Amino acid sequence: MTERQWQYNFGFLDENTKRMLRRGLLKAVAIPGYQVPFGSREMPLPYGWGTGGIQLTASIIGKSDVLKVIDQGADDTTNAVNIRRFFARVTGVATTTRTADATLIQTRHRIPETALCEGQIMVFQVPEPEPLRTLEASEVETRKLHAHQEYGLMHVKLYEDIARFGHVATSYDYPVLVNGRYLASPSPIPKFDNPKLDRSPALMLFGAGREKRLYAIPPYTAVESLAFEDHPFAVQRWPHVCALCGSGDSYLDEIITDDAGHRLFVCSDSDYCQAQRTLQEGMA
Amino acid sequence: MYVAVKGGEQAIARSWDLLAASRRGDPRLLELELAQIREQMRLAVARVMLEGSLYDENLAALALKQAAGDAVEAIFLLRAFRTTLPRLATSLPLDTGAMRVRRRISGTFKDVPGGQILGPTADYTQRLLDFSLAQSGAEADCAEDHDPLPHPLPNVLDTLAREGLIEAETIPVGDPEPPDLTRSPLMFPASRPARLQNLARADEGWLLGLAYATQRGYAESHPFAGEIRMGEVGVSVCPPELGFEIDIGAITLTECQMINQFAGSKTAPPQFTRGYGLSFGEAERKAMAMALVDRSLRAEELGEDQLAPTQQQEFVLYHSDNVEASGFVQHLKLPHYVDFQAELALIRTLRQQAADLSQQETRHD
Amino acid sequence: MTRPILSTRGLCKDYGNGQGCFDIDFELYPGEVLGIVGESGSGKSTLLATLAGKLAADRGQVRFLDRDGMAHELTCLPEAERRRLARSEWGYVTQHARDGLRMNVSAGANISERLMALGERHYGRLRERAGDWLDKVEIGADRLDDKPSAFSGGMQQRLQIARNLVTQPRLVFMDEPTGGLDVSVQARFLDLTRRLVHDTGIAVIMVTHDLGVARLLAQRTLVMQRGRVVETGLTDQILDDPQHPYSQLLVSSILQA
Repeated sequence: MTERQWQYNFGFLDENTKRMLRRGLLKAVAIPGYQVPFGSREMPLPYGWGTGGIQLTASIIGKSDVLKVIDQGADDTTNAVNIRRFFARVTGVATTTRTADATLIQTRHRIPETALCEGQIMVFQVPEPEPLRTLEASEVETRKLHAHQEYGLMHVKLYEDIARFGHVATSYDYPVLVNGRYLASPSPIPKFDNPKLDRSPALMLFGAGREKRLYAIPPYTAVESLAFEDHPFAVQRWPHVCALCGSGDSYLDEIITDDAGHRLFVCSDSDYCQAQRTLQEGMA
Repeated sequence: MYVAVKGGEQAIARSWDLLAASRRGDPRLLELELAQIREQMRLAVARVMLEGSLYDENLAALALKQAAGDAVEAIFLLRAFRTTLPRLATSLPLDTGAMRVRRRISGTFKDVPGGQILGPTADYTQRLLDFSLAQSGAEADCAEDHDPLPHPLPNVLDTLAREGLIEAETIPVGDPEPPDLTRSPLMFPASRPARLQNLARADEGWLLGLAYATQRGYAESHPFAGEIRMGEVGVSVCPPELGFEIDIGAITLTECQMINQFAGSKTAPPQFTRGYGLSFGEAERKAMAMALVDRSLRAEELGEDQLAPTQQQEFVLYHSDNVEASGFVQHLKLPHYVDFQAELALIRTLRQQAADLSQQETRHD
Repeated sequence: MTRPILSTRGLCKDYGNGQGCFDIDFELYPGEVLGIVGESGSGKSTLLATLAGKLAADRGQVRFLDRDGMAHELTCLPEAERRRLARSEWGYVTQHARDGLRMNVSAGANISERLMALGERHYGRLRERAGDWLDKVEIGADRLDDKPSAFSGGMQQRLQIARNLVTQPRLVFMDEPTGGLDVSVQARFLDLTRRLVHDTGIAVIMVTHDLGVARLLAQRTLVMQRGRVVETGLTDQILDDPQHPYSQLLVSSILQA
């Protein structure tokens, strides 16, 4: 365990800021999917690199928490290492790579393959919290559209995708309707992970530091990925299994192995992949 | 063979070492001292203090040293430090009218009460590289003390205001507390205090470009530099438990008051309007750009068309912060394997479908 | 006895500089086409925008009867209610297609948008309805996936009609719908609109500076000058026997043309 740096308050943020964030989170949990504006602080990491997620984690982390940080599903990517080290320095809490052991998981772009359980909290780093932003640039306008639940614009986009490509051409950050009311961005997770949000026993928190918004999906909340009746939502599938663990139902990363363009497909969730291999070694 | 992305921790530690070595440069040369940066790079220090929203010349110099002279990185460092500081007190409103002026010029009148005071400026130099500066050790001539400047120096625009020719600067009803953008999110429509705060912290290059665009026709503002003044202004606080004012020091400020095209209606006779810019230190370019952009953002309030991007609050204010912008632009360096994989899978599916379709069509032919 | 779908009493929108519209009273019955005619600056577009709730009225009442027979006072309607009516009961055809269409998505998406806003989630059915409407407005279902920017001005206006009528609104506001069209194209547009309006039984309030356009479409006409209604009556009556000097001027100008 890394020694905590006593020069900083536990969790880096001062207690008043944490309270402000937790008030925001309570509101977010009370109105699932609604983007709550908050007084995002300037963090010692760059905007766009997880400042929203870091602030949320900092506001709720306690001494008994066990923290896991992943980026692209892996614990050992540089940004995940950096954020994990940051929290180790400013809280001294235990960290883990094992999904099942974690009480708090901060993530960028993935939801772990191992099913989450009650009591676990996921914190998502969100670059752009507004699912309508690419369709409508003005925040004043999009806030109105949410207020009046006018999401025709998003359906127009899905219609247009099917008309042009025969498919909805959104493969990640696939828009969802939370609790039948608010259109929300699931953060840039692949749509493969969208079903894991629906009625999950874990609490899902979303933080966008640069855009100064936070939102939440409370446990067991209905999360619907938008679709048409005759073009239902479907997730990515591969014609391969993981080259390392042989798993056929996990999200795969493609790795180019040589100049001739040979490829290898491996689990993006490094903890899951390792666990599968350990299991096989045990059986062998 | 697949190489796992393990060893992240070690790689990061190594990159820190390399960064430190690059910062230091040739170790045979003397290391920069903060006092040298503070005294001899004062304009860089001023920019870092202003956009970092913290008036501390030593910390700004440290940030510049740590950032190897990269202003935006230094601003980021200062901001991240600032956010941890407790708020001890709020200063009373600054009175730039009481400024100890070192420079004051007006572009609207040939002479003004108190005169045109050039002060320390590069405006009237010939921009020839001064090779005498290439050798260190040359003593600078000490400026001779002239007659003391009149103090306080009246503001040029006050003369126009007395005649009613320019809009009055009135305290809004109830004198509401201005928002603090470092504590509460920017919301729209943004009030003028919120806008000015954002513009003061805004990236100088962004403001300069926008201001230039307003002059070239992307907004209609027809500005005149009514007055630009630079000098020292006292800062005081009044702790509620004491109930009297305490002078806590002085800071260098540059203030720009632009006079712009007049507005009027059936009920109000035409008047010139104002654009306002204020910056820490000697930062005229920034203060003037800010004043132009402030004025163009007042389009709605003054009943003007809002056709140019420089008149659209969300466009100007959401994209002005260089710490936000720099972070988000550069976050593209982070791994995006997962999303890219999703896009790859999609584009392969779509291409496969297109190929199948054209094959079918060939068969039908 | 049929009740009016829309009735206004003493409606005012005052810009404070003599511009606006003042003391407007009229009634509109289901299936009726009402023309509002006047030169530019006469307050007719202000009146239309105020009726549709796009501008806040300063005085007076506007009562709208929805398809369930419920009356709504539009001058004090909450924004959410106004938007609901705009989605489900009204249409709005603008002079410039770019204000009334999404120029960057296909004709099919333009027509489907209102259906999707009302909850239709079947892509195949959306395509079918949109195709039918493209046929009805004589653009042709084969242009379903083309963007409006590829259409002529007349086609764009007809696409606006299809986009609005597809949800069978009960009232459509039209603001100078033929303003940007050549005379020959105007005739086709008006002819088509008259037929569709007749077939579907919707009520229309149409603003135009051209009494000739009103003649082709509107049973009844209000003539506006300086923000006030100076004459109102059956369109044919106004054409045959204009009472107000300003109406006489308008009539003589179209007779000369």
